[in-house]
Amino acid sequence: MTENKSKKETLPRVGFYICHCGSNIASMIDVLEVQKYAAALPGVAVSREYKYMCSDPGQEMIAKDIKEHKLERLVVAACSPNLHEETFRKAAAKGGLNPFFFQMVNIREHAAWVHEDKKSATEKAKDLARAAIARVRFHKSLDKKRVAVDPNVLVVGGGIAGIHAALTLANAGKKVTLVEREATIGGHMAAFDKTFPTLDCAACILTPKMSAVKSHPNITLWTYSEVSKVEGYVGNYKVTVTRKPRFVKEDLCVGCMECIDACVFKEPKFKDKFNQGLGKRKPVYIDFPQATPKVVLVDPETCIQLKTGKCKQPCAAACDRKAFDFNQKAETKELQVGAIVLSTGFKTYDVARSPQYGYGRYPGVYTALEVERLVNASGPTSGEVVLRDGTHPKAVGIIHCVGSRDAKTNKWCSRVCCMYSLKLAHLIKEHSGAEVYNFYIDMRAPGKAYEEFYDKLLGEGVHFIRGRVDEVTDWAMTPEEEGKLVLRVEDTLAGFVRRIPVDMVVLSTGLEPQPDAQEVRRRFNIGCGSEGFFQERHPKLAPVNTFTDGIYIAGACQAPRDIPDTVAQAGAAAAEALSLIDAGFVELEPNTSHIVEEECSGCKTCVPLCPYSAITFDEAKKKATINEVLCKGCGVCAAACPSGSIRQNLFEDDEIFSEIEGVLAK
Amino acid sequence: MSEQFEPKIVAFFCNWCTYTAADLAGVSRLKYAPNARVIRVMCSGRVDPQFVLDAFAKGADGVLLGGCHPGDCHYAEGNYKTLRRMRMLTRMLKDMGIYDGRFRLEWISGAEGDKVKSVINDMTKKVRALGPLDLPGKFKNWDKEIEELEAQVNKGDKDKEAVHAG
Amino acid sequence: MPDKPKVAFYWCASCGGCEEAVVDLAEDILKVVAAVDIVLWPVAMDFKKEDVEARPDKSIVAGFINGAIRTSEQEEWVRLLRKKCQVIVSFGACANSGGIPALANQFQKESILKYVYDDCPSIDNPGKIRPQTECVDEGRTLTLPELRNVVRSLDQVIDVDYYLPGCPPTPKIIMNAVLALLSGKLPPKGTVLSPEIALCEECKRKDSKPADLALTEFKRPHQVLIDPEKCLLAQGLVCMGPATRGGCEALCPGGNMPCTGCFGPTTRVKDQGAKFVSSVFSNIAPKEEAEIDAVLDGIPDPIGTFYRYGLSKSMLRRKLN
Repeated sequence: MTENKSKKETLPRVGFYICHCGSNIASMIDVLEVQKYAAALPGVAVSREYKYMCSDPGQEMIAKDIKEHKLERLVVAACSPNLHEETFRKAAAKGGLNPFFFQMVNIREHAAWVHEDKKSATEKAKDLARAAIARVRFHKSLDKKRVAVDPNVLVVGGGIAGIHAALTLANAGKKVTLVEREATIGGHMAAFDKTFPTLDCAACILTPKMSAVKSHPNITLWTYSEVSKVEGYVGNYKVTVTRKPRFVKEDLCVGCMECIDACVFKEPKFKDKFNQGLGKRKPVYIDFPQATPKVVLVDPETCIQLKTGKCKQPCAAACDRKAFDFNQKAETKELQVGAIVLSTGFKTYDVARSPQYGYGRYPGVYTALEVERLVNASGPTSGEVVLRDGTHPKAVGIIHCVGSRDAKTNKWCSRVCCMYSLKLAHLIKEHSGAEVYNFYIDMRAPGKAYEEFYDKLLGEGVHFIRGRVDEVTDWAMTPEEEGKLVLRVEDTLAGFVRRIPVDMVVLSTGLEPQPDAQEVRRRFNIGCGSEGFFQERHPKLAPVNTFTDGIYIAGACQAPRDIPDTVAQAGAAAAEALSLIDAGFVELEPNTSHIVEEECSGCKTCVPLCPYSAITFDEAKKKATINEVLCKGCGVCAAACPSGSIRQNLFEDDEIFSEIEGVLAK
Repeated sequence: MSEQFEPKIVAFFCNWCTYTAADLAGVSRLKYAPNARVIRVMCSGRVDPQFVLDAFAKGADGVLLGGCHPGDCHYAEGNYKTLRRMRMLTRMLKDMGIYDGRFRLEWISGAEGDKVKSVINDMTKKVRALGPLDLPGKFKNWDKEIEELEAQVNKGDKDKEAVHAG
Repeated sequence: MPDKPKVAFYWCASCGGCEEAVVDLAEDILKVVAAVDIVLWPVAMDFKKEDVEARPDKSIVAGFINGAIRTSEQEEWVRLLRKKCQVIVSFGACANSGGIPALANQFQKESILKYVYDDCPSIDNPGKIRPQTECVDEGRTLTLPELRNVVRSLDQVIDVDYYLPGCPPTPKIIMNAVLALLSGKLPPKGTVLSPEIALCEECKRKDSKPADLALTEFKRPHQVLIDPEKCLLAQGLVCMGPATRGGCEALCPGGNMPCTGCFGPTTRVKDQGAKFVSSVFSNIAPKEEAEIDAVLDGIPDPIGTFYRYGLSKSMLRRKLN
């Protein structure tokens, strides 16, 4: 270390530390050279190098030096500030120095790890160190403000993830509002028949949880509702929810369904979404018998009363609770919450994008979700595997990876399709005795008891062909193929192209982000990856946090995921929310902006620039003013102020100009 | 001395996207040219055009400004302000003789570590071909035209007031 | 009777407007003339260079120098005045930051000379004669000053004590400056003698300015029937007011013309043009590149518009090549 007592005391005394980070930095940067270089810079009172600055001894060294050498500023050249800025700020505070008199220099991620020439990497480290030392002189003493956290939570999306998160939070004593877009919670899982690998009935394991949600005193359930606006910041969100009209009063309806029997449509006529269009419903309906809340709703597209106003309304007459209200309007509600969990789920791949598989052209081609409803005992065929034309298939082909692992459609692996394809193979065989062929690329069975499930299927006589099905066609080349759907595939293990005639084709569709994922994530101010799934803060260390504090993600909205992992992630998101709420307060980063009142000319340039509405115009003073609690510290206003009257803490003009000069000085 | 000219590029990276992407490039051990010097800001919208000009005036051969993709700004719309300001700044720089990519605005998301590598490599290559800008050197050269007279007039003068401040 | 304090006025690359501004003090000029002894004022009095050279150093209390520095003669004169004056006041936008003459920094000296002496439609110069710094005629040597390649502000040539901004400075701020000098109650060296707050503060159109401009188009003054009450920026005109130091009582907006920035920026801003770009373009409406460009096309000469008076002091100073 080099200490310099003879320097003039006019510049604040800077302590400079460069970390070897083991050999991570030291193997590519000559740390001793940088340490010596810094020691000779004006104002540097102490300059040291050390193997692991972030370690306890490293931090203690800093605290000790601050006291002994009366340091007034601290610079550490090491890894990324995104990793250890907090660590060294705390070390400064331990030594009695305001934590914001600290500047970090990134010479690992931005230099040692990305360059191959030691000389130029070392020169770069010197430049960056010099810039930080110049900059830190301008730093000011700052404090983190504490703001109280609202203990209520919003969960968006009532699939298994949202249900589990809501229950966990509610059991911890927090008041939760669960908002779900569909008329019932349950999500995709409610439509499944059995779940892998245990072959539990999905409804049997799901409905108790749905019921628990409904009856939990701490949960307010708003279905058929959507979040339309989000304002505020961590601990203090103001959310606007739009509740769509069911035309039935939710608090009066008991779900007796007499109205459905009474409807003027004697037979169900309209394709019902829950059964993937395979079943029919009336204009007044309930998605499925265990729908939660158990309240019917009326479809304005198909109800005669709502379309023409001219119906006798036998439904309303049949209701002895007088729950019908054809004049019901959408309702807007406002919520104050401290944390938000997003569990908005997924959509399945649209098979119209793969026309070679013949969906829609051949009535025997189904999507996996349709088959879930077919084999389900409460489905449109009561669990009988019977096709749209009324026939029973003798041979079924299940095509894996439809809309997954494909450069032309979706690059990713959807993680669950191999397992559910095996499950459907088992269920179809069990219900119909048909020959089942699974066409796969790789068999992905990574979870607990998954490989064993695959093994079981191997023993059940299901045929497995490793190859991508090229097309589904009804063009017969041999008499055996007449009237069949032929799957043309290269059997890569056998080494030749085969034509397999079947009666039914099941397309194992991949998982995708919801169609409005971009809109939704912008509404909540979180990020998205390039595929459109919500962006986690860190793929390994923070998989349920987002870059927006107070907003957490869980389930398939973040990436394709099976039920066990979804539930685990939902629990994790709930835990993060609890950790925020139970701390009771949030510390705001101090890099906020403020307007120097005597310098402001009232030109209003800044007022419309703030996305958090932190800047307002004081009509009495005729000057703009910033609410520092709302300010998130982007600095856009500071850059835009044409008279230089706005300062952003930690990013003031002086600080940045000195950094620019520092990196370029010779 | 025939050392190859190595351009100095000052890069303003926004914390949430570009800086994170550069960290990711580091974690992934991607290798790229050592010519860039990153200055971290919270949002590309903090980058005042004065900073860009100052970087050139203090000796940068190139200035790179990295922000989030439009629509993805961590602070909602900061990058749109950046885009609008910088498109005008680009025109002004061209009118003042600085062009052909010496000033570059790039959208790089937090997941695009490889884009950091390719942009820095590409920009280094292009600016190297353009040669040094060296504004401090140019300023010194321009001021030579007044120095002779200055020395003459101030011959023997201890009073430094008449010397130009540049 | 004690000697009255001596003052000097000098003009460099100037239009004469700053001299006019002194005359515009009207009756107040008599107060000034009564209180001081003017020892140099080329536009109005016949003192020679030798007269000034003969004076002892620092014998002139204040030298008011206007105009940009473009020639070697101007450099000689201002260096002389620096020696002879206690306080040098940089008077007007040209001296402060280059002014209109500094717009020549967008061109090479040669291209200017070529246009003026060779190509200009109204020039008749078949011999392509150019001015020379020295020529001999009938045994006598005649000299002309050297035209410099770079137009400079006054403080880029000599040390300056105070700055009076404006094109020209208004009578009010000139009077305030002269009185301060005479009373001896001077602010710290380097101060600009006008408030440190932008023009919008004193502009009468301020209340009509909306909080969200969301500009979709820029127009030039001759393209608009300018509403005399409404904020000029809100009418789509480029008004530099927000980025310009106040103190002039917003005379131009008061005269139904947008501010062009002649008082320069506040001290907190290093480059007025860049800061104005930062502010006004943050407030245009479009988000798509093509639409943004269409709005920018409404300002065909950004350097001339945003650096009308300040190109010498801009961060880049002059165009390269």
